[in-house]
Amino acid sequence: MRMGRNTMFRSLFDKVWKFAAIAAVLLIIPRFLGIYTIYIYSWLLVYLIAAYGLNLILGYAGQISLAQAAFMGIGAYVVAILVTRGVSFWIALPLGAVLSFGIGLILGFPALKVKHHYLAMVTIGFNVIMYKLFENQEAVTGGYYGIFDITRPSLGALRFESDLAYARVIAVIALIMVIIMYWILNTRWGRAFKMIRENEVRAEIVGVDIRAYKLVVFAIGSAYAGVAGGLLAPLLGYIEPTLFELTISFDFLLMVLIGGRGRFEGPLIGVAVVMLLPEFLRITNQANLLIFSAIAVVVLLVAPEGGASLWDWIFKRLTGKNPPSLTK
Amino acid sequence: MILQLIIGGTATGAIYALMAVGFSLLWQTSQTINFAQGEFVAAAAFIMLIFYDALNLPYVLSLVLTIVVAVGILGVLFRKVVVERLIKTGLLSLICATIAVSIMVRNSLIFYTAESMAFPSIVSKEAIPLLTIRFSPLDVLNIGLAALVIVALQLFIRKTKPGKALQAVAQNRDVAQVLGIDVGRMTALAFAINAVIVTFAAILVAPVYAAKYNMGLALGLRAFYAAIIGGFNQTRGALIGGLLIGYIEVFTIAYVTSQYSEVVILLIVIGIILFKPEGIWGTKEVWSREL
Amino acid sequence: MPMEMQTVFKIRDLRKNFYGLRALDGVDMEIREQELLGLMGPNGSGKSTLLNCMTGVLSTTGGRVYHRSRDITGWKASSIYKLGIARTFQLVQLFPEMTVLDNMIGAIQESRGSMFSRLFRFSEEWEKAKAQEILDFLKIAHVKNNLAKNLSYGQQKLVDLGMVLMSDPALILLDEPLAGVNPTLGREIIEHILELVKVKCCTVLIIEHNAKIMLDICDRIVVLNEGRKIAEGPPQEIKENPEVLKAYFGA
Repeated sequence: MRMGRNTMFRSLFDKVWKFAAIAAVLLIIPRFLGIYTIYIYSWLLVYLIAAYGLNLILGYAGQISLAQAAFMGIGAYVVAILVTRGVSFWIALPLGAVLSFGIGLILGFPALKVKHHYLAMVTIGFNVIMYKLFENQEAVTGGYYGIFDITRPSLGALRFESDLAYARVIAVIALIMVIIMYWILNTRWGRAFKMIRENEVRAEIVGVDIRAYKLVVFAIGSAYAGVAGGLLAPLLGYIEPTLFELTISFDFLLMVLIGGRGRFEGPLIGVAVVMLLPEFLRITNQANLLIFSAIAVVVLLVAPEGGASLWDWIFKRLTGKNPPSLTK
Repeated sequence: MILQLIIGGTATGAIYALMAVGFSLLWQTSQTINFAQGEFVAAAAFIMLIFYDALNLPYVLSLVLTIVVAVGILGVLFRKVVVERLIKTGLLSLICATIAVSIMVRNSLIFYTAESMAFPSIVSKEAIPLLTIRFSPLDVLNIGLAALVIVALQLFIRKTKPGKALQAVAQNRDVAQVLGIDVGRMTALAFAINAVIVTFAAILVAPVYAAKYNMGLALGLRAFYAAIIGGFNQTRGALIGGLLIGYIEVFTIAYVTSQYSEVVILLIVIGIILFKPEGIWGTKEVWSREL
Repeated sequence: MPMEMQTVFKIRDLRKNFYGLRALDGVDMEIREQELLGLMGPNGSGKSTLLNCMTGVLSTTGGRVYHRSRDITGWKASSIYKLGIARTFQLVQLFPEMTVLDNMIGAIQESRGSMFSRLFRFSEEWEKAKAQEILDFLKIAHVKNNLAKNLSYGQQKLVDLGMVLMSDPALILLDEPLAGVNPTLGREIIEHILELVKVKCCTVLIIEHNAKIMLDICDRIVVLNEGRKIAEGPPQEIKENPEVLKAYFGA
């Protein structure tokens, strides 16, 4: 047992300094980016958080959610409404996350009863309903035009007003969210998720509380989207309903599919492709979507159960080695 | 006024019904949930435009060619490349794939044109006042043609040999296989029929709402709503569901709320999913839990 | 040796209908402490259905199920598992994309502690040691880091059995453990089963088609036909029972 504890601490220390190194890199990069690129950088990290949420729901628990955009909206509007009324960002953001968690939990109940296309429909329905509410409840959400003048946060004497400063705030929060996800997936919960995904009946027999895990996955995944939305509001300085319409939820699905659902680095790949490819290929928005969806279909055809074998194969061809696996 | 709404509702409902029936056919014969059904209609509309507008071919010839191309791409190609491969993995992968395909189609149509294109109609769109109601020949065509297609489909299924085989596969795949029916061929037939159905739906809806690259999304969703409410493991469920959605939409916009009309429909859809997932006219599916 | 064998499991008048089909039509059966009970019958006689009803995988249409005089009729599968009743499956049911070791640990990780505490559990030394012990017992320790889907059919069957053993079950139900397995491996499996009963004092129920083996190893045999029990007793009696012969070979 003593031996066990020592190795445990050593591997923990290992991980801590790796994450610290990543944090340092993330904080330094924006220093060297131009105004526009910092903006892309920030967007990428925001979307990354939401994508991780969806990857948890879809890739690990095998549930389909086409409502991530709606939850982003919830997080965003909570922050927008509260911050424009003088509440601190540092209170509004967690509040948005908690609200998303709660509503996600409620949405999780249908996920228990129905599967697949029915669940997809319920989440689509939720997204459309939220969108209509965002668009029409003018008194609360500013209706069609949305909410503006959302100021960026400050912490005591530190002000994160500038693009550079706020990008760093986003980077730190994104890293924290990813670390939390890494932690969750590497504990027994991660194994339980896998069991549910691979053989639900056997999982139930060996005692996995399917209901509880599915509910919690929906809640956490949706909370992640809520955090992403909360960060988005001050990034743009304004929010409006079209940011959270149904097609955005489809975009998140594409990101998770492209990266390979159920893989820890999946969202990284997916978001990178979707956000960065357009910067290299200067083509229309629709042409980009065409490419992304085509890639998604190819990935699905190559690795239908998820697991990003397409990227494994490419990695192998380029480097001649097997790609490392980040989680068990 | 009510009569007016009923006519309007039937006209739009007829289109939703057509799409939902095709959707239901794919589900029954091959357990395929085609999230791209709406985009298929849009694609068919655009293919028609290519023949009619760009190549200036006469209407009927364009229609025939469109049907051929639609069957080839939306029927055969779609099935061979996407569905065949993924159906063994599971419904979730298939659903993700058809969603991705729908995005693909939606964003490829824009290469023809980003604008709203006027779509040809064989009859006038002008409303003819009759007593207190106004209806256009196009409305009549909508209802008439949709009814014709559905009746033709039913006749095909009931009276012809391949039709009966198709029905057998739809009712019980395994038994049909044992009886010697080539299930693969029947499934291909179902996809082909769906392609024809969506083409007809396209020529009915596009004249009214114009053809735009993103027209498929709203249409597809409503076909889906129709299928769920009516029950898509029975053709008549899809049919009635489509009409119902048409009526609900028209009446809600007229009497209750215009911005939230889709919300009203959605609440009904979600209610059905939670409490009677097989739909109002569908039958309970048996999910086997045997190990 | 106890004077009177304790009853571990009892079934009274069990019925199961599938849309009008009477899969089980009033079956009475009991399983005694530390015995190796065989369950036989032609295809479709209801053996697997009986097992499924016993373990909470299927709901019953009528009758009662008892575990050590506790009425467990209608209990959920996971609750029955927690009582120490574990089963294997006719069609092997593993978690294909997980390693053998993960499969084994997964089989018991949910049986202790709360869901919340599992978020903080990092050390799995105890579980790994136990899995190692069982894998050694089954002689498949060398594949412990392979993905379950990459194993041969025979190895998968052993993993299935291994998962069952992780929970230290007192009652083990084996659904055709020899199906599709080559004779050498089959003999090994039988040896393991006998060891479980004689050495580790488990109680085992085994469903199998291979009559010769069953008559050879079982302490008692129950025979089903068309959802009813038609014979019960030691192998010698079963071998000569006319009803049994009729069921298997026709009149």
